[in-house]
Parts: sequence; structure tokens; C-alpha cells
Amino acid sequence: MADIIDLGVAEIRDGFRGGQFSAREVADAFNDAVAGAEALNCFIVTTPEKAIKAAEEADRALAAGDVAALSGVPLGIKDLFCTKGVQSTAASHILEGFVPPYESTVSGKLLAAGAGMLGKLNMDQFAMGSSNETSYFGNVISPWKRNDGGNAPLSPGGSSGGTSAAIAAHIVPAATGTDTGGSIRQPAAFTGIVGVKPTYGRCSRFGIVAFASSLDQAGPMARSVKDCAILLEAMAGYDLHDATSLDEPVPNWEAGLSSDLKGKKIGIPKEYRVDDMPEEIDALWKQGEEWLRDAGAEIVEVSLPHTKYALPAYYIIAPAEASANLARYDGVRYGQRELPEGANLQEMYAATRAAGFGDEVKRRIMIGTYVLSAGFYDAYYTQAAKVRTLIVRDFDAAWESCDYLLTPTAPSAAFGLGDLSDDPIAMYLNDVFTVPSSLAGLPAIAVPGGLNGQGLPLGLQVIGKALDEQGVMNAGLALEERAGFTHRAEKWW
Amino acid sequence: MVVSEYRIQGATGDWEVVIGLEVHAQITSNAKLFSGASTEFGAEPNCNVSLVDAAMPGMLPVMNGECIRQAVRTGLALNAQINRWSRFDRKNYFYADLPQGYQISQLFHPIVGEGEIEVSLDEKDPEGTVKKIGIERIHVEQDAGKLMHDQHPTMSYVDLNRSGVALMEIVSRPDMRSPAEAGAYVRKLRSILRYVGSCDGNMEQGSMRADVNVSVRKPGDEFGIRTETKNVNSIRFIQQVVETEARRQVDLIEDGGTVVQETRLFDPDRGETRSMRSKEDAHDYRYFPDPDLLPIELSEEFVADARASLPELPDDKRHRYENELGLSAYNAAVLTAEAETARWFEALLAESAKKQDKPESDVAKAASNWLISDLFGGLNKAGVTLEESPISAAQGAELLALVADGTLSGPLAKQVFEIMFETGDDPEKIVEEKGLKQTSDTGAIEAAIAEILENNADKVEEYKGGKDKLFGFFIGQTMKAMQGKANPAVVNQILKDKLG
Amino acid sequence: MSVDTETVLRIASLARIAMSEEEAERLKPDLNDILGFVEQLGEVDTSGVEPLSVVIENHTRMREDVVTDGDKRDDILANAPVAEHGFFGVPKVIE
Repeated sequence: MADIIDLGVAEIRDGFRGGQFSAREVADAFNDAVAGAEALNCFIVTTPEKAIKAAEEADRALAAGDVAALSGVPLGIKDLFCTKGVQSTAASHILEGFVPPYESTVSGKLLAAGAGMLGKLNMDQFAMGSSNETSYFGNVISPWKRNDGGNAPLSPGGSSGGTSAAIAAHIVPAATGTDTGGSIRQPAAFTGIVGVKPTYGRCSRFGIVAFASSLDQAGPMARSVKDCAILLEAMAGYDLHDATSLDEPVPNWEAGLSSDLKGKKIGIPKEYRVDDMPEEIDALWKQGEEWLRDAGAEIVEVSLPHTKYALPAYYIIAPAEASANLARYDGVRYGQRELPEGANLQEMYAATRAAGFGDEVKRRIMIGTYVLSAGFYDAYYTQAAKVRTLIVRDFDAAWESCDYLLTPTAPSAAFGLGDLSDDPIAMYLNDVFTVPSSLAGLPAIAVPGGLNGQGLPLGLQVIGKALDEQGVMNAGLALEERAGFTHRAEKWW
Repeated sequence: MVVSEYRIQGATGDWEVVIGLEVHAQITSNAKLFSGASTEFGAEPNCNVSLVDAAMPGMLPVMNGECIRQAVRTGLALNAQINRWSRFDRKNYFYADLPQGYQISQLFHPIVGEGEIEVSLDEKDPEGTVKKIGIERIHVEQDAGKLMHDQHPTMSYVDLNRSGVALMEIVSRPDMRSPAEAGAYVRKLRSILRYVGSCDGNMEQGSMRADVNVSVRKPGDEFGIRTETKNVNSIRFIQQVVETEARRQVDLIEDGGTVVQETRLFDPDRGETRSMRSKEDAHDYRYFPDPDLLPIELSEEFVADARASLPELPDDKRHRYENELGLSAYNAAVLTAEAETARWFEALLAESAKKQDKPESDVAKAASNWLISDLFGGLNKAGVTLEESPISAAQGAELLALVADGTLSGPLAKQVFEIMFETGDDPEKIVEEKGLKQTSDTGAIEAAIAEILENNADKVEEYKGGKDKLFGFFIGQTMKAMQGKANPAVVNQILKDKLG
Repeated sequence: MSVDTETVLRIASLARIAMSEEEAERLKPDLNDILGFVEQLGEVDTSGVEPLSVVIENHTRMREDVVTDGDKRDDILANAPVAEHGFFGVPKVIE
């Protein structure tokens, strides 16, 4: 039998139910793996006792013939999710020590489905970043290394970098991520795993620390499409505590998986052929077309004319929303307070926020505050919201001639930690392929396609119509089967 | 029609004051606007607070439908445009009573647009002194929490019980020109809100308060620069703010200064306003649509249901009282000014009509007069409200019936009323126990009159000699002899017969 | 449009982030880069285009007017840096 830590969600679930191992054995194996991987800095807090408790319950449930969907499966939870009784910080100093008296809807659903929690995963602070270098609790180090002999620590992507690194390192079988402009998909691509960003509103945002409310979506990250389908089924669903959640039935996605794409049309958006894109990524994209054609689909070229404006629109809308969403961190009701001698209330706010937020968070709050300020609102925010309408229309038009879009996930493979941290714009460009579908609220999947010349993973993205997670995952499955991506980072930690 | 010419005398001539009011009215609801916490007044600190109201990380607002419905009903009652598509915005500023760091409000697309109400400046002449005050808009928003400054030497305490309670902000046009008009406007608005049931109008508990916008100008000139005095919580204070602020501005301008557009605070102890510099940089509120909430889309049916649920409103009621019940304009105005008064009157009216087996229009006048002069007089003297009246509407109707059927004379009725007011007893019981029944027993009355005429033979002579005025003397003597219980009509008749 | 140090400081004050002049100086080029980047949007002709208000079609569901929450002061105050007598404590505010 394979090592337990090399098993995915479906394999653990089925093996546990089939009596091949107990849930407790699974929990112990992953707890050990987590404890042995401190060098990666994937976790802000580990909760081995929670994983064990859930495992013991799962073992009892199995004995009683009463297992739930995820009984026996331990998971990591991104630190953006508030977890009852467990510190939840969004990787920020300002929330250090904050222990929520409540559970986010999504993590609550996973736990209610029998899953155990291994710990809270590191991430970019307040989910702002594409490299996991903005966490107050230190960088997450990707388990991957370049094969050129250099030993430079690489970025696991961001913001769900703790999640992607932990899954790639096999210290968790799967975990939750969140995606605002690419925060599930880009780290998945950087670490050779699968990530699904569902349709905006599929998963409740209740209890997830808000970054940009009109964009934030929770989603699963795992090492296979099937595992993502299993998790998403448990995470999704209407929540009356989130006015923007969708009152739609949750399909049985796992059962609906099929890589037969006969009759489906795949659009290749011509505007995604950006300058300076590495040859290898272009080649993988072409390869992806072939794989989908092989699965029975027809390839068509489509146009999304406003693609170029997606990132600029995103970098107005997301910071604007964030500037208000982060106003509640003021040192009054929770988290850190900084009270200089003799400071009044407003000075306390300013001192608390100066000490509690990292540089990238401050940058975005500043941008957001500026674009909403008197005299600039229409030129920036309103214009960006109008451009967003045009981007939505671009996709609507594309759906006239295709069912899914195939694109690269990110414009490069993982870069070295520190390589881009002095250049915010270069960092933002990482999300060039993921942001447009975020702005349009559409479901998308990132699937590993192969390795580049330096031995680093590259990913492909499939974008689908609203609510068509099934189609997106089916196309992802077709890619996964043909890519046969079995590479994994060699253990050095 | 120009009904008031309120002028402020300055060194350079007369000035006119221009007033606009932003009335914040707490919407009557069980739960808060965006959370399931209670709105009840007077709870222990931070007990009516949900995680949403405390703006815990990841908490999200979900709209309370009743608050939206009440805002729509209010709009309809103010003859206002109902916007079938509206939306919430975030108004960003930092303050300890505002946990989210923004207030969820409506700037760009309020739920209610333009409307108007009619106010009367004189109850005695409600039609003749009517003035229309424009409503610019009504929007729905969250209330803030409360800061306590006097409980600790170096700290302020924060109580979030009010945080998230639903408010309507009712914004008037700058249509008022005197403190009296401002007062009449707020009274009328409060009356309508109470009729509608969308706000209890209780200014002492803070469920209604006003931001008072005041500017001055020479009559006929353009509007001057206005100041906004925040959170004024009584009609008297609102009028005081207008007076003192207008005076201050006139003096300032005449001394060569200019009025600064600013937020001011009213100090009721000193009776003056002062600048609120602490809110100085709060002017850049960075409003933008709240992405946590979907737009409010009202169906035609929703609006129609809201309209159908409205009660008869004060103006309609007043007209009906005049036209169908035959009440005087004054009585109709007094009885309809407050929903509670009208409810009481209508209960009295219904009971009276039933007890006397007459149509309401036949008993309305007597009922309205009794209510306004007798009961209100009594309540006033005792310093209690109509809600606390010791006499119920049914008891009042019984008393009126006893007068109508001749059991009680006017003076006797007053006596019985006094006792009712003291004891809360039924009038019939009082009449029975105290023997206050009016008598029409001609035998007894005739006997009494015979004795009086005998003892006053001289006066009888004088009367017969042409001194008609003495008739009153005989009536008085007879009533006295009968201890006030004789039916005055019978006394009258017998005396006439006897005296020829 | 580019921002000067004074504007950076004004925005920082509006956002309640304490910032020294040196920090503002350091932040300024980043902000100007980002603003320069987003200003590309000015090229897009958006006449007659409505700003997006709801990204995925959805409809407003309203809550019943029922008290379902509250009465959890301990939870509300549990994480407060300063809480006394059932209140949050902040530096004294003089109005």
C-alpha cells in the first residue's frame, strides 16, 4: 500500500470506508507530515488535536455505520476562514491572537461533513499578494526547486500559498483556498496541483475575512480534479447569512465527472497571447488544445476584446472594496491595539493600523482610499465598474461560440522569493489570465500540464459559464488524464 | 400663500431664515436592519449585539424585509416617489460608535424619492394656514452605537446595542422659513409616521432626531451658506437651533464675517450651537455601492401591498371628520393630529353610536366636544397622557349616553365626570351610588316650585310687573332646592306655566 | 495623474494609517506606478455603459423581522483589547 500521505481525498475516503486504514491512522500520518515540514512554513497554527478528534469520531461513525461525506479526511484550512476557537489572522499582525467565537460557513460545512482540521494555512496577508511574501508570519517556501542546481527558495504563489505548498508537499491531502483575482489558480499552477474557483456566490463568504467582496470566492485545492469535485460539493450551497450567495441546488459533481468532451467547443481567446510570454507556456497552451481535441472537443478562436483592461479595473475595484472592508480593524473590538502615550481615539486608530498592516496591505488600502476620494470616484471607480460590465459582455459574447475557454493559468512558472517584491506592477501581472474571469464571476479550474525546462510546474486554466462548474471540471479532467502529471517536488525539508 | 413672515432684525435690515431638516427616524422593527439582534430599548450594554453588529471579521449584512417595507409605506404616506430599484452604499469614516468603519446607507439610489407634506401653522385654521413642505428623499441606513464619556476618567465606553438599528433619513427641501414652520413640519411628520406605524416618534428615547440645516439671506436673495446642526432631539430644541443659529449667522455676516459650511452641535444647557471640529475631516465619505448587498428590487405587488396596508392618514381623516361627521375644523384638526387621539375618538364614537342607537354623525359633535374640553382638560390638569386616561372610551360613551337620554344634566354630567376621573368607576354606578340621577318627576318639581313662589311673593310680583330677568332666579332656586338633579327642561316648563 | 507627498499623507490620514513623511516619500513612487497603470482605463469608451452592480444574476432575499441573534456579550467582548463593565473601552473622546 502507498504511503497514506500520498493519498488524495477520494482514496482516503474510500480506503477508510473499506477498512484499509483507520481515520486515526490517517490523521496521525498527516499530523506527522505537518510537524515534519516546518521549513516550508505552510501553517500559521497547527491543530493536530482537532484532526485526531475528528478522526476518532470518524472511526466511531464507521463502526456505527454512519459515515459522512468526508469522514476520515483531514484538511488544511486557509487562515482567511474564521474557525471557532482557533486563532484566525488572515496572516496579519493586526488580527494576531484573534480567536473567533464562530465558524465560517464553508469550513463549518467541511467539518460537519466529517473532515478534520490539520491547521490554519499561511497565505498572503488579507489575501493580498501573488507570492506569499506578504504574510506577517513569514514566507511560505514552495517545495519545488529548480533543477538547474540553484537552491533559490521559490514562491508557492499566492495568496493561497500555504495551501498550495502543503498540498504539493503531501502534508495535507487537500485544503481550502480563496480566490479574488487568481489566488487559488495561480498558486495551483506554481505548485503543480489542481484548484477550482467556483462561480461567484456558489460558496458562502460568511466568516471568511473579506478582501474584495464582489470578487472573493472560496474553492477547493487538491492534487486531482476528482478531489476538488468532492470538496466543492461539501463547500458549496446557499447560505442565508450571505446575501450574495446563490440559491441554486448543489449538483453531485463527483458523480457527474466525465472527460468525454464530444460536442463541446473550446474557445481560445486571442487576447491572451500576451507579449513576453515564455515559449514553454505557449507550447503547453497548444498542447492543451490538442488534449481537448483528443477528448472530442472542437477548438475555436474567440475574442475577449477588453482583456487588457481587466487588471487595471481589478486594481481599482479590489482595493476600493478592501479599503472599506479593512476599516473594521481598528483595535477596538478585537486584534492588536497600538496606543501611544497620550494618543486620542483617531491617533490610536492610525497607530494600530500602521503597526498592524503590512506594506502591501497598506498600499492597497491607500490606492482604494484614493480612488474613492472626493473628485476621483467617477474617473476611477465608476469607470472601472463600467469596464467590468464590458468584460462581462465579452464573456457573454464568447459563449455564443464556445462552451469553455482554455488559457494558461499564469504567465510564468514560479519565481524566486524576493524576485518581484520590489515591483508591485510586475507582481500584479501574475494574475493577468485569472483576473478577467474573476471580474465576471465565472467558474474556472487550474490543472497542471507539465514542467518547464527548469523542472517547474506549468498550469492550464479552463473557464466556464456561470454555474457550469461541472463542465469546467470535466474539461479539467480531460486535461488531467492526458497530461498525466505525476511529478512531485523532491523532499528537501 | 405666505403664512408667516418671520424676520430677523439686523443692523442692515431684515433677514430671512431658510431651513431644511434631515430627520432620522428609527424604523419600528423587532430585529435590526442587517442582523437578527433585537432593537429593544434599554437593554444591558452590548447585549442586543450580534457578531454582524460588532463587525467581526467575515460577518455579512442581510436585509430585514420589514424595514424596507416600512420605508416604502412611509414614502407612500408622504406622497413620494417609490424607487423600484435602489441600493445600499457604504459611507466611510472612522469612529468608535461605527464598528464596520463605514455606515451602510443610501446615497446614489435612495429607496424613496420626491414627495411632500402639508403642514398647518394654526390648528384653529388648518386650511387657511397650510404650507407645502417638499420631501427630497428618504433613505434607509444603519444607526451607530453609543459612546459613554462619563464612566471612566480616561476612557470612553462603547455600547453597540443601537449599532445596526434601522433608520430612515427623511430629507426635506429647504422650504421652511421660521422656527414655527420647522416645528409644525416635525410635528406633522411625526404624526404621519405614527399613523403609518413605521416609527414611534419618541424623541426622548432618540427614535427621532433631526439634523437642522440653517442659512440666512436677505428676502429675495439667493440661498446663503448653510450650517448643519446634528442630532437635535426635541421640537423645542429644533426651534431653538433655528433661532440661535440664524441670529449667529446674521451677526457674523453683519460683522463682516462669512458663514462656514460646517457641522455644529447644539448645547441645550447653554441654548447655543458650536462647531464640531472633531468631525472635520469626515467630509470625504468615499461612498460606493456596498458589494455585500444586492440591489433592492421592489415588485409592483410589493408596493401595492404596502399601499393597501396604509391606514387613513391624518389629512384624509381630518377632512372626513369635517365633511362626514360635521365637526368643526378645529375639532377635526385636534382629534386627528395624533394617531392615538384619533383612535381613542373613533372608539368613543363607535361606542356612543351603539349605546344611543344613532348614526355616528349624530353623536360626533357631542363626543368630540366632551373629549376635547372635558377629558383633555382633566388629563391636562392631572398631567397624564391619553394613553394613561383613567376613563376608557366605553365609559366616556356611557356618560355621553346618560346625558343624551336625559338621565344627567350638563352640570350633573360634570360632577359624574370628576368622580369617574378620580375613581375610574363606571358612570352608571356613580349615578346610582351617589343618587345623581336627574329627575323629571313633575310632582316633586311642582312642590318645590310652589314653595319657592310662596316664599318669594315679592319677586313674583316684580316678575309679573315686567322684570323678565327674574326667571333665571326662579330656575336657580328650583335647581338648588332639587340639589341639581331636576331636569332643567321640566323646571322651565312648569315655571312658565305657574308664572303665566 | 500623480500624487505628491502631501496627497499621500492626506490619503494615509483618511485611511487612518499613521505615516511619517519619509514613509510617504517611499510609498509615493509605488502609488504613482499603480495609478499610472490603472489609468489605462481612461482609454476605454464607456459611454452608455452602466457600471456593473451584480456580477452573477441573483435576487434579493430579505430576512423575516424576527429576533434570532444577540444576547452573547461574552462572545462580543471576548477578543477586545480593553473591555470593562460590559463595554468596549477606548481612549476618552471629547466631542
